[in-house]
This record gives sequence, structure tokens and C-alpha cells, in this order.
Amino acid sequence: MNDLLDPLLLSRWQFGLTTIYHFLFVPLTIGLATTVAIFQTAWVRTDKTKYLQLTRFFGKIFLINFAMGVVTGIVQEFQFGMNWSDYSRFVGDVFGAPLALEGLLAFFLEATFIGLWIFGWDRLPKKIHLLTIWATAIGSTLSAYFIIAANSFMQNPVGYQINEVKGRAELTDIWALLTNKVALAAFPHTVFACFMVTAGLIIAAAAWHLYRNQHLETMRPALKFGLWMMVIAGALTVLSGDQLGLAMVETQPMKMAAAEAMYTTSTGADASFSIFTLGTPDGVHELFSIRIPYLLSFLSTHTFDGTVEGINDLQAQYTQLYGPGDYTPTIWVTYWAFRWMIGLGMVHVMIAAVGLWITRRGRQPRWQWLWRVAIWAFPLSLGAMIVGWIFTEMGRQPWIVFSLLKTSDAVSPGITGLDVLISLVAFTVIYGSLAVVEFKLIKKAIQKGPDDAPEPDPESGEVRHAATVY
Amino acid sequence: MDLTVLWFGIVGFFFIGYFVLDGFDFGVGMSLPFLGRDDTDRRVLINTIGPVWDLNETWVIVAGASLFAAFPEWYATLFSGFYLPLLFILLALILRGVSFEYRHQRPEAVWKKRFDRMIVIGSAVPAFLWGVAFANIVRGVPLDANHDYIGGFFALLNPYALLGGLTTLLLFFTHGVVFVSLKTDGEIRERARRLAIRSGAVTIAVAAVFLAWTTLSYGSPISGLLSGVAAVTLILSFAANLRGREGRAFALMAVTIAVAVLSLFAALFPDVMPASNDPANSLTIENASSSAYTLQIMSWVALAFVPLIVAYQAWTYWVFRKRVSRAQIPVESAH
Ligand code: HDD
Ligand code: HEM
Ligand code: HEM
Repeated sequence: MNDLLDPLLLSRWQFGLTTIYHFLFVPLTIGLATTVAIFQTAWVRTDKTKYLQLTRFFGKIFLINFAMGVVTGIVQEFQFGMNWSDYSRFVGDVFGAPLALEGLLAFFLEATFIGLWIFGWDRLPKKIHLLTIWATAIGSTLSAYFIIAANSFMQNPVGYQINEVKGRAELTDIWALLTNKVALAAFPHTVFACFMVTAGLIIAAAAWHLYRNQHLETMRPALKFGLWMMVIAGALTVLSGDQLGLAMVETQPMKMAAAEAMYTTSTGADASFSIFTLGTPDGVHELFSIRIPYLLSFLSTHTFDGTVEGINDLQAQYTQLYGPGDYTPTIWVTYWAFRWMIGLGMVHVMIAAVGLWITRRGRQPRWQWLWRVAIWAFPLSLGAMIVGWIFTEMGRQPWIVFSLLKTSDAVSPGITGLDVLISLVAFTVIYGSLAVVEFKLIKKAIQKGPDDAPEPDPESGEVRHAATVY
Repeated sequence: MDLTVLWFGIVGFFFIGYFVLDGFDFGVGMSLPFLGRDDTDRRVLINTIGPVWDLNETWVIVAGASLFAAFPEWYATLFSGFYLPLLFILLALILRGVSFEYRHQRPEAVWKKRFDRMIVIGSAVPAFLWGVAFANIVRGVPLDANHDYIGGFFALLNPYALLGGLTTLLLFFTHGVVFVSLKTDGEIRERARRLAIRSGAVTIAVAAVFLAWTTLSYGSPISGLLSGVAAVTLILSFAANLRGREGRAFALMAVTIAVAVLSLFAALFPDVMPASNDPANSLTIENASSSAYTLQIMSWVALAFVPLIVAYQAWTYWVFRKRVSRAQIPVESAH
């Protein structure tokens, strides 16, 4: 078959691209929903105008972003059947359940209450209206849990048995599925990372206005909020990442070996973590590297004299277990993705920590360019998040469901390369142009700044919010 | 009761919910060029569905996910087999969704016009293609022994399926226009009512042919009976509209769509995807379904949460029960 029109290769590109794209919007949805809810709670409790302004300011950015998350999410839901029908047949009995739970428990909640929040400013009592944004926040966080539980089954299959007659995996224990140890670690790790991305946006928006010496009333507290959020979420991301690393070594040791491009099994000081390496892309030949001894051992086992299995041994082991084949993921991807995830995220946290120091007790930074750093740092966490997922998903290859089903056996037999080429091009074009529109709208909303607080009606004394309509 | 039958019903319920609810969203979207004389009009139209279109659309996500969970084989065959039509539906839904949210973000007329056009396309394409897809399911498509669709894209565009698409398009159009007359006030309400009468007449004619064809060629006694009921309620809705009873007309349209979809599901039963080339390759509720354990778990979840979901959605509709009128649209539109 013509290589260019290989449905498998094209489907992989399409799935990777559309999922990454979906996930450009998800972190802000999860993080901003909660942030807006917090600001609105502060407003309801203190009645201070600045909190109302912050609620509406970030609420508007939240909505622009939300629309994209929704429309790209539907594509995700359909793609398993469209491009991966043999995968769907094999795991549907197990995998469909968390997806259906997500729809019933999370998406309905979110989609219903977001409408009530947007249009309900003047129609609902203040406290009920506050509850609607909390329901939205809970819905979006819950949806992350279910989707990660589904994904964790692909990383570490649990709670199933193989039905030989039907040739598929069947669910035997829903509880085991929902408390998969990979999910229990990946969920906090992902959610805290989402809060980092959100903190980055809040910092950048606040810095943009403070740089211009405007909206000080609202943007000073916003900056403080963002900086603290970044530092706290950053610390929690590292802690949960550590837990996730342990779970990963236990369930997919190959991924950790690939993350370090380590071919031979090593112990103690030899199980070192390289910060940077020059050499061939597959990591076999190495010219130069900066290494921290013991660290890989610590990351993998929480001891300094632990043993970390190497790629060669694991490859031999897997060949025995699963038959001949190549069980090594693409090394340069996993190696660099793992480093960039940690590196980009940590740089962002450090910027925030420095920012907290500089602005302590209401001080102002002496150098104006510091504001620009805060603004331009925004993509760091988002980048960390994306490469983190690329690491997770590409590090699992060649498996689509670890140890049970290979990606090459999962693609829909019925679709042609041309079908997928059409969809891949269509998604790329539409997604590409929407990204430009969305970016400009968010930028404009940020630059416009918070609206003035609504004046109370002179006669009744009631505050009417500008009616929210499309 | 057998759980596979129950889940056939639940999947049907979600699709019915989707078509009844997002159906009028499609209709409102398609009606923009007919009812929206100026920007304020168009904003009135969009605001009739503003708070609810997202939750209405979510019904298809839940329908798809419960199809996946309860009948993985059906989900796999249907979605990979109807690859291109589904792709077009997805693209259309993307355009429609972002347009609702983005059209008001800037004041320029060109900007709004572009998004208005995308709303019309984004509503008409799914309204038509869902009908094509469901008609093809009922009619049966060629499947191989692995249950993969082997007919190719153009075989899906047969006359019966195209008529099915036209039927859903018209049903949703009328449904949406009746909804506008129910949810607006002033002159636009009157125009919507008149348009609904005209489109209602066309809808009755086309739907009658489609339902008769379904009953004669693919139907069972029950599906035939349901088709008859749908035809009657459609005519009653038309009559209610003539007398200016908007609420009744809308409710009857909803019943029509629900019963018509139900009749398609009844025509299918106990197959879920009949194979037109060899009945041995057909997917049935038995060979397409999940294991008893999965169905049991899902049944408990559905039992516990569907009533709650229906309740809070009904509450939303109650909160936004007021009619929308031009007076509520702020003059300065950019905000
Ligand atoms: C801002 C983003 C961010 C930052 C700073 C970090 N991570 Fe991370 N990481 C992610 C964002 C992320 C993620 C959300 O992209 C992933 C992908 C899958 C997942 O659950 O979270 C991820 C996956 C992921 C995995 C793969 C899990 C698997 O495949 O089973 C490991 C082992 C770690 N992380 C460990 C860490 C450690 C030890 C970090 C810091 C010292 C760290 N991460 C910082
Ligand atoms: C949002 C975070 C995610 C991102 C950025 C992401 C990214 C990717 C990428 C880049 C691939 C391609 C790997 C390759 O082909 O070598 C992939 C594969 C895959 N992912 Fe994810 N993924 C994410 C979350 C999920 C979740 C939550 C699920 C399931 C619920 C999932 C299901 C799959 C499947 C089925 C494949 C196999 C197809 C393939 O190999 O291309 N992913 N993902
Ligand atoms: C590949 C697997 C994925 C599928 C099938 C999927 C499915 C969907 C769907 C259908 C929606 C639209 C919901 C609506 O209409 O309200 C959506 C939105 C959302 N998704 Fe995903 N998603 C995937 C990956 C992820 C991941 C990895 C996360 C989180 C870690 C996530 C979190 C969310 C959230 C929070 C929303 C709601 C907020 C928004 O609409 O922006 N999704 N997703």
C-alpha cells in the first residue's frame, strides 16, 4: 500500500493532533472554572466590587476558551469508533463505561450549569447563581477524572478478563477500574498541572495591565493570586508526579527506561538522571551528558540503591512474554519529552517564586522588563503539559492497551487512507484557523481589562448587571 | 427484563432526547436567513436557544458514549462505516458551536455575517445527515463477517436515505420555527408562526412519504403503528399552529419527532445494524452488546442519574421560560 495513504499512520497523526488540540483548552477550562468560582465566592461573601470585576473579567476569558473545549471534545468522543473500531470492539466493554459515566455525571452537569451561569446573572438569586459556577467547576474536574480513568486502563489494564470466544476484554470490577493506581496518581498530577497553566494566564493578564500602570485595584490582587497559585500548584504537581513515576515504573518499566534512554539495567549511582545529552537520537551513542547520580534510582524506587531495568533487558523479557516484536518506543521522543515537561514547568514555577519575592509586602519591581517576562512566560506550563501527554502516550507504544492490544491492530479495517487524509486535512485547516481566532479574542479580552462595576439603580438601589446575551 | 433490550431502549431514549432538543436548535439556526431581518432579529433568534444549546448538544455525546458502553460492536461499525458523513456532522457542529459564542465578540458587520453563515451551515448539515445516517441503518448496509461496512461512501447516498435526510431537515426546521414563535415576542413571533405554517405543510408531505416507505419496505406492525401516530401528531401540530396555539404546536412537534425516531428504532429491533448483503452478518442487540456485568453497572448508574439529569435540565428551561424580544437586546452589541 502507498505509504502516504496508510490509514494507521494517518489515524495516529489525526488522533495525536486532535487530542493535543483539545487539550490546549481543557486546562484553562478546569482551572478557570474553579478560579472564577473562587472570585465569585469572595464577591458574594465580602460584597467588594473588585471581586465582582475579577469574576466577570476571568469569566469572559473562560467562556471564550470553553467553546473550543466543547466543540473539539465531541470529535474525541467519536474518533474511537471512526478511526479505531477494532480497538473499540476489543475494549468497549471496559472502556465505554467510564466514558458513559463522564457524559452522564460530568458533561451534562457542566453543559447545563454553564448556561445557567452565563444567562442567569439577573434571573437567579445571588447564592443560587454562585452555585451554578461551582457546579460547572465540579463537572469539568469530574470529567477529567473519568477520562483519565479510561486512559489509565490503556496504561495499566485492571478489573477485566479476556473473553476468548468474543476476542475482547470484559469488565469484571468497575471499582478496580475507577481506582486504578495509575489513575489515582495521574488525576491529581493532571489537575494540578491544569492549575499551573491557569495561574500562568492570570499572571500574564495581570502583568499586562500592571506594566501599563492601569486597573491596579483589581490586577494587584489578581497577580498575587496567580503567583501563589502557580507556586502551590507547582509544588503539588511535582509531588504527584513523583507518585505517578512510581506507579509508572511498576506498571510500565519500559517507559521509565525510555525516558532515560537507558539500555542496560543499572543500580544505585549508575542509575543516574541525565539533564542533557548529546548523541544519536536513539541514545545508543552518547557524546556528552550532564548527569545526577542516584536520581533515577530515587525517582523509580524512592531508594538510592534501587535497580532500574534497562531497555535491552525489558525488550528480551517482553519478547518472551508477548512474542517476537519491537517493544521499544521512540527513544528521542520519550527522552526529550520527559525533560521538557519537567524543565518548562519548573522554570515557570521559579519565575512565579521570584515574582512573589519581588512583590512582597506590596513592593513594585524595579525593572520594567520583569513584567514582560511574566507575560511571555505564559506558554511554559501549557507546553509542559502537552509534552507530558506526548511522553505518556508515545511511551506506551507499540501498545494501545498495554500488554493486550497493539496500536497496529486497533485501527478501523473499514476505512481507507483517503478517508483519513480528508478528515486530517479538514481538522487541520479548521482547527488551525479557529486557533488564530480564539487567540486573538482572548488577547483582546485581556487587553480590554475588567469592566467598570455596575452602578446601583438610583431609584430601587438594586444592582443590575449588564444583561448577558449573545 | 433482558438488559440488552433495556439498553436498546436507553440508547434510543438518548437519541430521541437529542433529536427533540438539538432539533429545534438546528431549526433556529437554519431560520436565520428567513426570520432574521437585521442583526437585532438574528440576536433575538440566537438568544432563544442561548442558554440551552450546549446542554441539548450534550445529549448526542451521551448517546454516543452509551452506545459505546452498551453496544461496542454497533458503535465501532456505525462510526467507522459512516466515516465521512460523521466527519461532516462533526465539522458542522464545530462551526455552529464556536459561531454562537464568537459572533457577538466583535461589532463589525462582516465578522457577524461570517458567523451567521456558519450557523446556518452548521445547523443544516447535521439536520440533513442525521436523517441520512438513520435511514441507512434502518435500510441495512453491506457488512462483512467482521461486521465492517464495505459499501463505500456513495452507497450511503441512496434515494431512501436522501429522503430520510430531507425529512429530518424539514422536521427540525419546522420544529425550530415553532420554537421561535413560542419563545419570542412582537413582530418576529408572528412571522415565525406564518413561516411555520408554510414549512409545516411541506414537512407533512415529505414526512408522509418517508414514513410510508419505511413502513412498507422495512417496518414491523409496531413501527407502522408508531409512524401513523407520528403522522397524526404532525398534522395536529400544524392545526394548532393555524389557530395560534404555539405551546401546543411545539409540544406536538416534539412528540412527532420522538415517535418518528421511536418508529425507526422499532423497525430495527432486534437488529441494530441489519446487513443488506447477508443476514448472517447483521448486528443484533445480542451479538453487539456488552457483557451482562457492564450492562448491570450501567443500568444502576442510568437509573440513579437520568431522573436527576432530566430534573435539572427541566429546571433550566423553567428559569429561562420568558420570551425574548428586541427590547432585551442591548443597542451597543460589542461587549
Ligand atoms: C505543567 C505540567 C507538568 C509538570 C511541571 C510536570 N508534569 Fe508530569 N505530566 C504532566 C504535566 C506536568 C501531564 C499532565 O502532561 C501528564 C501526562 C499524563 C498525566 O497523567 O500527566 C504528565 C505525565 C507524567 C508522567 C508519566 C505517567 C505515565 O505515563 O504513566 C510522569 C512519570 C511524570 N509526569 C512525572 C513528573 C515529575 C517527576 C515532574 C516534576 C518533577 C513532573 N512530572 C512535572
Ligand atoms: C489530553 C491529553 C492527551 C494527549 C495530548 C494525548 C496525545 C496522544 C498522542 C500524541 C498519541 C499518539 C501516540 C502515537 O501514535 O505514537 C495518542 C495516542 C492515543 N491516545 Fe492519547 N492523549 C491524551 C489523552 C488521552 C486519553 C484521555 C485517552 C483515552 C481516554 C487517549 C487515547 C488514546 C488512544 C486510543 C491512542 C491510540 C492512537 C494512537 O496511537 O495514535 N488519549 N495520544
Ligand atoms: C481522548 C479522550 C477525550 C475524550 C473522548 C474527550 C471528550 C470530551 C467531550 C465530548 C467534551 C465536550 C463536553 C461538552 O459538550 O460539555 C470534552 C470537553 C472536556 N474535556 Fe475532553 N476528552 C478527552 C480528553 C480529555 C482529557 C485528557 C481531559 C482532562 C484531563 C479532558 C477534560 C475535558 C474537560 C474538562 C472538558 C469540559 C470543558 C470544556 O469543554 O472545555 N478531556 N471532552
